Amino acid sequence: MNSFSGFVVKEFKQIYRDKRTLIVLFGMPVIMMILFGFAIRNEINNAKIGILDRAKDEASQAIIHKLEASDSFEISAYLKSYDEVEALFRQGEVKEVVVFESEFRKKLVKQGQANVQVLTDATDPNLANLVQSYTANIIQDYAETLHEGKHLETAGISPDIRMMYNPELKSVNLFVPGLIAVILMLVSALMTSISITREKEMGNMEILLVSPLKPYHIIIGKVLPYLVLSVVNVITILILAKFVFQVPFEGSYLLFFAESGLFILTALALGVFISSASENQQTAMMISLAGLLLPTVLLSGFIFPVSSMPDVLQFVSHIIPAKWFLVIVRSIMLKGSDFLLIWKETLILVMMTVLLIALSIRKFKVRLQ
Amino acid sequence: MLDFAIQTKGLTRMFGDFTAVDHITFNVKQGEIFGFLGANGAGKTTAMKMLTGLLTPTSGEARVSGRDVYTEAESIKKNIGYMSQKFSLYDDLTAEENIRFYGGVYGIQPHELSQKAEELLERTGLIEERKKLVKDLPLGWKQKLAFSIAILHHPNIVFLDEPTGGVDPVTRRQFWEQIYEVSEQGITVFVTTHYMDEAEYCDRISIMVDGRMDALGTPAELKQEHSAETIEEVFIKLARSAKRGGG
Repeated sequence: MNSFSGFVVKEFKQIYRDKRTLIVLFGMPVIMMILFGFAIRNEINNAKIGILDRAKDEASQAIIHKLEASDSFEISAYLKSYDEVEALFRQGEVKEVVVFESEFRKKLVKQGQANVQVLTDATDPNLANLVQSYTANIIQDYAETLHEGKHLETAGISPDIRMMYNPELKSVNLFVPGLIAVILMLVSALMTSISITREKEMGNMEILLVSPLKPYHIIIGKVLPYLVLSVVNVITILILAKFVFQVPFEGSYLLFFAESGLFILTALALGVFISSASENQQTAMMISLAGLLLPTVLLSGFIFPVSSMPDVLQFVSHIIPAKWFLVIVRSIMLKGSDFLLIWKETLILVMMTVLLIALSIRKFKVRLQ
Repeated sequence: MLDFAIQTKGLTRMFGDFTAVDHITFNVKQGEIFGFLGANGAGKTTAMKMLTGLLTPTSGEARVSGRDVYTEAESIKKNIGYMSQKFSLYDDLTAEENIRFYGGVYGIQPHELSQKAEELLERTGLIEERKKLVKDLPLGWKQKLAFSIAILHHPNIVFLDEPTGGVDPVTRRQFWEQIYEVSEQGITVFVTTHYMDEAEYCDRISIMVDGRMDALGTPAELKQEHSAETIEEVFIKLARSAKRGGG
């Protein structure tokens, strides 16, 4: 026990003395959180739009006011004719032009239907989509108030769309769980695999294996400090999310930390497995970055929804631990789910962890035999 | 006191069809400096791994410090020291921290460890440098430190795997003086090297060729046997017969 605790102490000292790594370890969660929270957004803020109002009546003006009043849009140009649209888009001044047909109100009242044309600059398709749906929402909103006020019966079906659990469609709410997954992967898997392979590269592992220390002592000793660091990082992200970005937390903290602990174990097991398969630090880093980090960012549903991926990639996403962890954390944080709703995902993570540990032990033994 | 620090009989290790170590039989006397020579790929490393409990033999017998390598590997580990070419110190820990860490790994109790660490620092003249990070120490001192750490728990046998690789002749000479001191304390020294002048310093040497042990005896005996002037000549004569390429 004495030799084991000495091992853990040594490991902490080494991490503490490596200032650059230390900055990365603790700075990264904060920087990523700020980046994703402020800079990378799926919602729109003050998108510049142009208006071509051929009607200039009560109804069109009301909609224009509504657009202007929303935080999402800023009207930067009033057009006089349709010919100006193209030029405006080419200059890149506006993201969208809203065109009201002439006699807008009259048609709306008499025929119960009037047309608004929404033109978007689709060079950035994601943004164009968002801008368009925001505009549609505002127009629909107006149409509804009109119907209520006038008690008009319309034959058309108007969909009633409600975004549950994340009504403001705040992207930070979605990013936080993903960010936790990415950072845990980075700290637990990447750092552990690098630190174990460094020990191999420098020849320290040879001595440790010849010494009376048991192999599992060595592995647990290497892994334990990163477990502690990972938990600290989870807490940091959670505090930032709650107090800086006001991300709701509906579920149980206990369940959240238990599930995070499980995911950390999965990531640590992955790190140990990678280190057992690679001879030097570069290899370990390449495997971790290309084999873990990229899939975690791209295929876990962190940024792109899994359901809209091609079948092959959907299949691949099943073997990415972060995918299951994301489902769990989103459920706990945004829906307040209890364990009964996420036991399947939890079980999958448990099985993955057990499998990885078994594989690592086998690999370790094969090397020694 | 045991007569023999190491005893092997027909010790063999196969990797699939490949016989890395082919029925080697030799004894190393307690307190002896035993040189373990051989070209690259001759099977030295594999043999050493079996003796240090890192690898199970395929067949044959071996007792290290009186303990069986098959059944008492754990106990062997407590009674041997090991130092490799890479010195295997932690660059980002101080000299003192390295001593304490490896001392702890070998199960030396904390109160005893403080005293031993102090003695070691004094003996090696590292008192002034105790708080310095190992990466800031000259190579010769690192070597001295690594060797002292390997025998800190006073093992029966210390295995040195090319301990003088990349070190200048003066430092090498000093290192061999340290080896003699250790041997006088009754610790058996099992050393591999590529420097043939070093082989002459050993009490007895063995030369491995293609997994077999083709020569075994004192340097004088071997030179006589192969009618050679130096051990280097003996080595080259034997190594020429090798079928495996050096790697």
